[in-house]
Amino acid sequence: MSPFGQGPFGPLNQLSRIRNEINRIFEDPFGFASAASTFFEGWTPAVDVFEEKDNIVVRAEMPGMKKEDIDVTVVGDTLTIAGERKQEEERKEGEVYRSERYLGRFQRSITLPSEVDVNKVQATYKDGVLTINVAKSEQAKRKQIEIKTT
Amino acid sequence: MSNVAELQRETARAAELVNRGFVTPPVNIYGNENEYVLEVEMPGLDKSGLEVTVEGNELTIVGRRKTETTQGEPYYSETPQANFRRMFELGPDVDTSKINAQMEQGVLKLRLPRSEKAKPRKIQITG
Repeated sequence: MSPFGQGPFGPLNQLSRIRNEINRIFEDPFGFASAASTFFEGWTPAVDVFEEKDNIVVRAEMPGMKKEDIDVTVVGDTLTIAGERKQEEERKEGEVYRSERYLGRFQRSITLPSEVDVNKVQATYKDGVLTINVAKSEQAKRKQIEIKTT
Repeated sequence: MSNVAELQRETARAAELVNRGFVTPPVNIYGNENEYVLEVEMPGLDKSGLEVTVEGNELTIVGRRKTETTQGEPYYSETPQANFRRMFELGPDVDTSKINAQMEQGVLKLRLPRSEKAKPRKIQITG
């Protein structure tokens, strides 16, 4: 009875999604376990890490959450993002035709590429993307050395 | 492991045919007698990057990511940088003139009202 199940687009799009997940596992330099857990335990957000001169920037894609349901902690050089995505109220009644979005709790830890100052962490959540800015520790900052002539 | 590699190749080939250069966003679809609701996950997108079109009975959703200004040196990257696209074939009971779209925290919510004709109606028995 689903109005969306027919046609050439549905099943093939599903394949494309499976492909994306498989690719993620094989390209995951942090090890098989973190991405594989998407299959077996629920979901983990896809993450990008950038290194700026004085900061480490982490972006995590986690659409459709409330900022109160997201937890960010930094211990040493390990950043942990945890949270819970909840089901929308109105979905509980009526019929369900497709259910591809992951719901529930997740946790992900990332080793940051340099020592950081745990007191200087900023996090913002916009358009379903969590952006975390962590300041590098004074020691980890690249310093330009002035060359003197004698 | 070779089975996985084979599956990877097969799915890639099939998916490439319909969705070259795009990623397929996950969706939830649910509904009741009045409307269908589609939730489409497209993180990093605001409504300016969104294109929803209906042609005949074909609904197409395209999401174009903002080109980010460089954020330093990439150390590690998992997110697909490609744009989103997904198509659906709509049933005849969807009133395509009244589709409503909202974008919140990277999730597009489309409301597709069912046409008056398609709603279940109780027939009064007279006589």
